[in-house]
Amino acid sequence: MDAILLQILNGLDKGSAYALIALGLTLIFGTLGVVNFAHGALFMIGAFCAVTVQRLLSLSYEMVDESQKDFLGNPLKVKTPYVESWFGPEIGGTIIDWAVPIAILFAIPIMVLIGFVMERGLIKHFYKREHADQILVTFGLAIVLQEVIKYFYGANPIQTPSPEALSGVANVGALLGMDIVYPVWRIVYFFFSVAVIGAIFSFLQFTTFGMVVRAGMADRETVGLLGINIDRRFTIMFGIAAAVAGLAGVMYTPINSPNYHMGMDFLVLSFVVVVVGGMGSLPGAVLAGFLLGILESFASMNEIKSILPGIDQIIIYVVAIIILLTRPRGLMGRKGVMEE
Amino acid sequence: MSKSDFSRRGVLKTGALAGTGLALPTIFTASSAAAFTNDPTGSSVTLGFNVPQTGPYADEGADELRAYRLAVEHLNGGGDGGMMNTFSSKELQGNGILGKEVKFVTGDTQTKSDAARASAKSMIEKDGAVMITGGSSSGVAIAVQGLCQEAGVIFMAGLTHSNDTTGKDKKANGFRHFFNGYMSAAALAPVLKNLYGTDRNAYHLTADYTWGWTQEESIAAATEALGWNTVEKVRTPLAATDFSSYIAPVLNSGADVLVLNHYGGNMVNSLTNAVQFGLREKVVNGKNFEIVVPLYSRLMAKGAGANVKGIHGSTNWHWSLQDEGSQAFVRSFGTKYGFPPSQAAHTVYCQTMLYADAVSRAGSFNPCAVVEALEGFEFDGLGNGKTLYRAEDHQCFKDVLVVRGKENPTSEFDLLEVVEVTPAAQVTYPADHPMFAGGALGSCNPGA
Repeated sequence: MDAILLQILNGLDKGSAYALIALGLTLIFGTLGVVNFAHGALFMIGAFCAVTVQRLLSLSYEMVDESQKDFLGNPLKVKTPYVESWFGPEIGGTIIDWAVPIAILFAIPIMVLIGFVMERGLIKHFYKREHADQILVTFGLAIVLQEVIKYFYGANPIQTPSPEALSGVANVGALLGMDIVYPVWRIVYFFFSVAVIGAIFSFLQFTTFGMVVRAGMADRETVGLLGINIDRRFTIMFGIAAAVAGLAGVMYTPINSPNYHMGMDFLVLSFVVVVVGGMGSLPGAVLAGFLLGILESFASMNEIKSILPGIDQIIIYVVAIIILLTRPRGLMGRKGVMEE
Repeated sequence: MSKSDFSRRGVLKTGALAGTGLALPTIFTASSAAAFTNDPTGSSVTLGFNVPQTGPYADEGADELRAYRLAVEHLNGGGDGGMMNTFSSKELQGNGILGKEVKFVTGDTQTKSDAARASAKSMIEKDGAVMITGGSSSGVAIAVQGLCQEAGVIFMAGLTHSNDTTGKDKKANGFRHFFNGYMSAAALAPVLKNLYGTDRNAYHLTADYTWGWTQEESIAAATEALGWNTVEKVRTPLAATDFSSYIAPVLNSGADVLVLNHYGGNMVNSLTNAVQFGLREKVVNGKNFEIVVPLYSRLMAKGAGANVKGIHGSTNWHWSLQDEGSQAFVRSFGTKYGFPPSQAAHTVYCQTMLYADAVSRAGSFNPCAVVEALEGFEFDGLGNGKTLYRAEDHQCFKDVLVVRGKENPTSEFDLLEVVEVTPAAQVTYPADHPMFAGGALGSCNPGA
């Protein structure tokens, strides 16, 4: 029982990342009709926003300490972060420790800006082209972006820890009288993703802007004929989708040390999530994200793998095949989307 | 009734066959004496450095290239000479190799076997490289080693830790300075026994490819010999990034030791995930839960940050060693680049020096002469103490370092501390050991 609950938690936690990325992909597809293969790269850039903030907050000045030697036997240059000298070691240390949450504030405007530049500078030229062209150009863009990141940050993973206060484990089984511990930061990540998903749905559901966007997603031409500049709103939605991917990346950094390739690792899975959920369906993307996360977790259990060896590596694709055979539009796909 | 064939055509055919037969030995003799693949006839010789310049091991590849450049500089008489000054063999004089200036070309393995073979092939066929060296993955090393054997050039392996490189996939033209999975296990086992006792239950998470398999086999055999029980061996996909679903079952498995047979990004992520799940604070069977990382890399340890503190593993070499050779290399590399070299940099520098020295001692670039010079060669002064290049499998036998993640690092490079230098005798195994069985060294191929 403990093992099952643990894998459900694990699946929800994995599913959080899938759902957030798939939500952004679906937003872009649903509004602009673009299949954006650079969306994983946006997730990766978000993670590197956290790395950048951590480095900025850790910027240091050097003082030579004659009593210590460096690896060449020269007097050691001791580094002291500026924030520690400005605010004192305790407050300065706390600021550096909270680099990842602070990075959220930094990442939102950066990611929205990157989204605007991507959409206006490149992707808008491919609206009326085949999906294959869109995939090629956005995939190429993803490769360019990851190579740029590798040039500046290197190829190795970069440690970006969570704040000390959120780095331990929580006994989540205590309420049920069980001994189930789970990392606090992963629980934070789950609730964070639920909050972001809730905010996006509320924005689309309860604001005038959201209503117009939903109307545009349903019938772009009619909304345009009403004199509404739907293209501008869709561009803003691209920026918002980029910010969602970026936030997912920022908060993911303490879970796995970011590297330049992390976007590609999530990209294919996220597309499967979108297809399983139903192209263009926001609730479908979220539902499929969590569902596939949980299934993937269960498939990694030794008891399952002893019966079906290697199932952990193919489960998502097997489920995708089954769902697409039985429900060709995905779990919550709408009629007419990708069917012209 | 016999029939003789004294026609003009018959005489010509017979004569041609006889002439070819008589000439054959001469052709073969001339070939073996002077002609071999990419015989350097001009004033320079070209070496091929085949390292990952893109892909997940690009940082290790970059460090390897730095070391190669340094080695070439030293061979050509530049810089401070580095380990050439401490090397026990005194053949190298700083005037290139056999008086020829050393030049080099580079290839990008991308940590993919097919790409690595393609770049090695290009360096051999287009650039005339007489020796190929490098790599940061066993899959790549084995693939390129096979290619070099076919092409008739020497392969001096870079960072490759699978038993198979000098086991079932060994080749006469290939040589490995780096240690292997068996040696890691042999060095670690006594330390683990002292630290954690003989009554332990180990759970293995293993990268699902040649290196992971052989390391898992080696560590499991060594720890079981101590009395440990192996609870589970779980293979994880090489492409995995989040190991949480593999770590979660460990919590309820009854295991009190987790062995991470992972390297590179896999190691960083699996170790980070294991620490996140509170394994290090866990008490199982009345004992503190422990994590072991059999193959450590300082470059990778940096990615895992504070998570490596107190965790034991093994390494081929570390910049903090105090012997003359290591200090000379660290001084030379650190002065040129501003930071200490990695174990990958060290092993490729050594391999370049060892090749150059073997050519000088043999007096020829002919691969068969180089093989003969390297087989059974004993040397010292290259940072690992007395070392033997064993003739039977072309594996170097030398001391192995058991290291631990440092609790209080003084700098960004000060991540590991050496806790024991395991003598070479303790990690030496017979050439026909079952873990290395299944392949034949064969004979050297000079190519051409």
